[in-house]
Amino acid sequence: MSWVLVMPIAVPFLTAVVAFLARSLPAGRWISLAGSVLTLVASAVLMAAVLDEGVIAAQMSNWDAPFGITLVADYLSAVMVVITAITGLATAIYALGEIPEETEALGFYALFQTLIAGVTGAFLTGDLFNLYVWFEVMLIASFSLLVIGGGKERLDAGIKYVALNLVSTLIFLSGIGLLYGVTGTLNLADMRDAVAEAENQGLITVIAMMFMVGFGVKAAVFPLFFWLPASYHTPYFAISAVFAGLLTKVGVYALMRMFTLVFVGDVGFTHEILIWVSLLTMFTGVIGAAAQTDFRKILSFHIISQIGYMTLGLALFTPLALMGGVFYLVHHIIVKANLFFVAGLAKQYAGDTDLNRIGGLYKSAPLLAALFIIPAFSLAGFPPLSGFWAKYLIVKAALELNMWFVTFVSLLVGLLTIYSMTKIWGMAFWKPHPDGIDPTPDRAPARVTAAMIVPIAGLALMTIIIGFYPEPFVQFAETAATQLLDPTDYVTTVLGVQP
Amino acid sequence: MEALTAIVIGALTAAAVYLMLARNFMRFLFGLVLLSNAANLTIFASGRMTKGAPALVPYGEDAPLGVVGNALPQALVLTAIVIGFGLLAFTLALAFEAYRRLRSVDTDEMRYAEPKEEATK
Repeated sequence: MSWVLVMPIAVPFLTAVVAFLARSLPAGRWISLAGSVLTLVASAVLMAAVLDEGVIAAQMSNWDAPFGITLVADYLSAVMVVITAITGLATAIYALGEIPEETEALGFYALFQTLIAGVTGAFLTGDLFNLYVWFEVMLIASFSLLVIGGGKERLDAGIKYVALNLVSTLIFLSGIGLLYGVTGTLNLADMRDAVAEAENQGLITVIAMMFMVGFGVKAAVFPLFFWLPASYHTPYFAISAVFAGLLTKVGVYALMRMFTLVFVGDVGFTHEILIWVSLLTMFTGVIGAAAQTDFRKILSFHIISQIGYMTLGLALFTPLALMGGVFYLVHHIIVKANLFFVAGLAKQYAGDTDLNRIGGLYKSAPLLAALFIIPAFSLAGFPPLSGFWAKYLIVKAALELNMWFVTFVSLLVGLLTIYSMTKIWGMAFWKPHPDGIDPTPDRAPARVTAAMIVPIAGLALMTIIIGFYPEPFVQFAETAATQLLDPTDYVTTVLGVQP
Repeated sequence: MEALTAIVIGALTAAAVYLMLARNFMRFLFGLVLLSNAANLTIFASGRMTKGAPALVPYGEDAPLGVVGNALPQALVLTAIVIGFGLLAFTLALAFEAYRRLRSVDTDEMRYAEPKEEATK
């Protein structure tokens, strides 16, 4: 059983090693692509096992829980692993077109595969300290990927990204230390009962707030998001797409895991804070986006705004809201990575990402325009695309709780999202090019454009499929939410399983 | 012993915050080192500071005999130190490269990835 859980982590790691050895050969990029395909296969096998059994767990090195390190996958973990593999594959294809050879020779694919392994590990681990280790694997890979290729902008962005993320990691690490001191365990399933039985519930709440801040920085919630718009517009587009899709979502996942499994003793306090944090995140993100005129900066602020919806799903803490949160998480990764891909291709055509300096893309690249409209309208929540269902579930959950203000802000932010998306549409696609030329990718060979448009089309197709045929996805999210709210199955599987 | 450690952790954190509030990125880095050590000490102290023998299992036994120290926090701290060391090495290299290219360690002057001044007004 355990290999099912290990493979989605081991495959990208092995790929990273091989890709590093072959980094200056043309074969390196194909090794990375093959590794991403295999990761997707391994994730699909994991998903099949989870669909079959509900929750699966494995004890590493045959040390029984709670003493050893446990890998565990419930519905939420499984879907996150699959979506990570899909994003990884899309990025691996896109990178074939975008990443120049000199960057490949620096070990780009090795770093990229390590990042995927780190993200997958964070989704699968059932051990708090192990979660910290996976965060660090992910962080060191992301640091290097952010500054790879050099340039003043990337170095400047790198400094800010590294500094703030390291501080948040240390807060998280101190929280682990204190929580271990109170409960005497690091296993998440074991910790649930230990936290509930702890004498000093006040101290538990303090530790919960440390985790909220630590993960909040990773997830880029208000008021801890400042590293994100300072850095996400500088790296290669393939990198910013995978960052935008996955990295902040690891923070959201960790929040969802900790605040449904462990910190549920004082929901009235912790989750009330989360509601306000979510609302402010949604609103400040979308207002920040409205002030920007750069393709990627607008998208970066929209990540923040959308993160608010996901944490709101957690904060409302009803089955419907969590279901909406999980659905939103999955939908958002697909859509947001895709929009960054589109931004990269738009730059190939028009030569810039500053909306004031580009235009005319609708005339010269109608296919790209069509492929932009799908994720953009999905992000804004137009029916029948995936974003509509995600927003619908969250708003409905807020309405059921009679939280009118929350509902109002959710809908208002959706409206303002449309404003930003139509701004990109109007300035990049409809407006004639300011230089009076028809933008064409004359600098890039057709192979490059093809490698970049395939993942965009693939992810757009997924958005449409989820939009027109949401039933199985909604049902899946419902089961995931049920498992989150009642983790008995999770706990017994982890603590009872024999290696 | 715990009280003394707690005071040390508090002092380290205070010094770290003071250093990190500086505009000079090197001071920020030194603050990060101190904060990292404060976090490590927190984990170490959480394992309870008791006088005990090393947690070694004698030959032929299944478990250690008598009272032994808690080995887990030491393993955790060791892992955290190694990871922190790697990250610090990376960050130092990054800071050096940034200094070489941007000719400054003053974070107020590092605005290459930020909006231009006239655009913000």
